[in-house]
Amino acid sequence: MEEVSLEFHRAHPDVELRASYGSSGNFYSQIHNGAPFDAFLSADVEYPRRLLREGIGAADSLFVYGVGRIVVWVPAASTLDPAAALRDGGIRHVAIANPQHAPYGRAAEAALRSLGLYGGVERKLVLGEDVAQAFAFVESGAADVGIVALSLALAPAARGKGRYWEIPLDAYPRIEQGGLLLKESADTRAFRAFLVSAAGRGILERYGFYMPENR
Amino acid sequence: MMDWQAIWLSVRLAACTTLILLAVGMPLAYWLAFSPRRWKFLVEAVVALPLVLPPTVLGFYILLAIGPRSPVGALYARLTGGMLPFSFQGLLLASVLYSLPFTVQPIASAFAAVDGKLLEASWCLGISRLATFRRVVAPLALPGIATGAILSFAHTMGEFGVVLMVGGNIAGVTRTVSISIYDQAQALDYAAAAQTSMFLLAVSFTVLALTYALQRRFWSLWPMS
Repeated sequence: MEEVSLEFHRAHPDVELRASYGSSGNFYSQIHNGAPFDAFLSADVEYPRRLLREGIGAADSLFVYGVGRIVVWVPAASTLDPAAALRDGGIRHVAIANPQHAPYGRAAEAALRSLGLYGGVERKLVLGEDVAQAFAFVESGAADVGIVALSLALAPAARGKGRYWEIPLDAYPRIEQGGLLLKESADTRAFRAFLVSAAGRGILERYGFYMPENR
Repeated sequence: MMDWQAIWLSVRLAACTTLILLAVGMPLAYWLAFSPRRWKFLVEAVVALPLVLPPTVLGFYILLAIGPRSPVGALYARLTGGMLPFSFQGLLLASVLYSLPFTVQPIASAFAAVDGKLLEASWCLGISRLATFRRVVAPLALPGIATGAILSFAHTMGEFGVVLMVGGNIAGVTRTVSISIYDQAQALDYAAAAQTSMFLLAVSFTVLALTYALQRRFWSLWPMS
């Protein structure tokens, strides 16, 4: 997001982008109660879609800008092989985001089930409030292994701190990243256009998202 | 759907935290109230820190401090074979640290308010310090001790940020009632969240009101105060 913001500013020097980070569910209820944001980007397009259904946001401004990917992540110091870590009987805690409300947590749970691993790790699951907290649980060593977003594993702050194995995309439902313009103006339209432009997509692809129509 | 499992867990956590805090907090409060040491203010400041630090920050550092890579976590693993993060014991340790000022401060002020002449008289009569504490200080400071215990219990019932950071949200082990309410709200299940909140609110209000009512009656009947 930092890089998106930087590049967008380069293309539109007169517009300054300010981002607030948090969970989709939280922002959903804040926006629902009149939070003064211009645009809403969510890891699950369902949240902006629901807002739109409830009459919030600019009509026809809903868009999907990427497809999220999940990986099995272990810290660099760990002796576990990320591709086999979830089958290892010696692991004590597996961190995922809370499937009840975090899109990446839902994907992680679905992947565990479709890979036939859920029964083996069910009692070892610890839930982060969001995928970033699940990542923090593993990074601190409190959990042995975690299922996190590829975009997190590739983020500058995490690079080099661990190893990962990407879970095949067909093992879990698509995590469609969606956006909605809450206030329609030339600036917000420019931002939406930038995200789906070649430049915006290039950044998103580099940070671990698939583009919607490729898959 | 009311999450009874989470409610029961919170009650157990709050009760255990309060018991431990009374055992640890009373000697500490006694020392703070009566020690002549000049550097006492440093200990007072450390005890009050959890009031100032954001719970999530406190929780994050507790997670690091009790994790398997820390000396504390490594020692605990050697002694018990278990791990503190994501366990009831870990949560208990975190809650004790987090609620420490809520026990120690009221009790220390109550101790300090006991008339020094009574203590000296007792000591001059050859009564030991422990017996003096039991027969003079503790009865006179009982309202303060009760306040400390109630505040710790209430504070632990409503504890959120610290649990969020070190708990891992495991049903029946670390998913306390505040986490359960948060989950319900995050999952947009506002009706369930409101129901559990109302229950928590009603129970907390009843407990607090009853305690204060009892305290009043009790103290007006108590001959020494």
